[in-house]
Amino acid sequence: MARLVFLGRLADLAGAGERAVEPGPLAEVLALLPPDLAIALLDERVRIALNGELVGGPESIVLRPGDELAFLPPVSGG
Amino acid sequence: MATEVHLLTHPFHPGQYVGPFTTAHPGLGGVCTFVGEVRGENGVEALELSHYEPLTLPGMKALAQRAVARFGLMGILVVHRSGVMLPGEPIVCVSAVASHRRAAFDAVDFAMDHLKSDSWFWKREKRCGTWRWIDPRPDDYAARDRW
Repeated sequence: MARLVFLGRLADLAGAGERAVEPGPLAEVLALLPPDLAIALLDERVRIALNGELVGGPESIVLRPGDELAFLPPVSGG
Repeated sequence: MATEVHLLTHPFHPGQYVGPFTTAHPGLGGVCTFVGEVRGENGVEALELSHYEPLTLPGMKALAQRAVARFGLMGILVVHRSGVMLPGEPIVCVSAVASHRRAAFDAVDFAMDHLKSDSWFWKREKRCGTWRWIDPRPDDYAARDRW
């Protein structure tokens, strides 16, 4: 399994801070999520981190077993 | 040690960090410390900060190192809370030690503006029993862009 992590208000939308998913291309992973959550995750202001490293965009991501993909909405600061 | 950075999930007393930090820098010319606390205005009952472990602390450490390099500090201390806080509890403490006061003042201002706009924290507040997420404010970006 791989893991999606939701920060900030995305956690409320997802109903949990994280969710275990089957590995595979991200587009296929997102297609199995509730549509409103998938749309929110693909908002251009949401940054993405794969295994703790920021990555450019969701297009080319393929989740492998054990991967952690975090969705980071705009921060509200310290 | 030029930078000291802590991300805490429990209440803290700034003095317990600032005291040892300043005594670790004999010969300093000035120390400037800022402490931010949870405001109790407008019926705020609690504030919750959440963070993402793999990014938040490394980001704070990188910011501390930038401040040291940019202002030629002897050292900088950054302490930040995560979790649920009540009005009057400290959220953040930044303390800079330098040979001259201007560098210490400016470094603390710089670090706070970047912590407020760039750090990986998500904030929500509880009023009348209801939690509400806080969106980033244009003022925060404007403050950062001064630098």
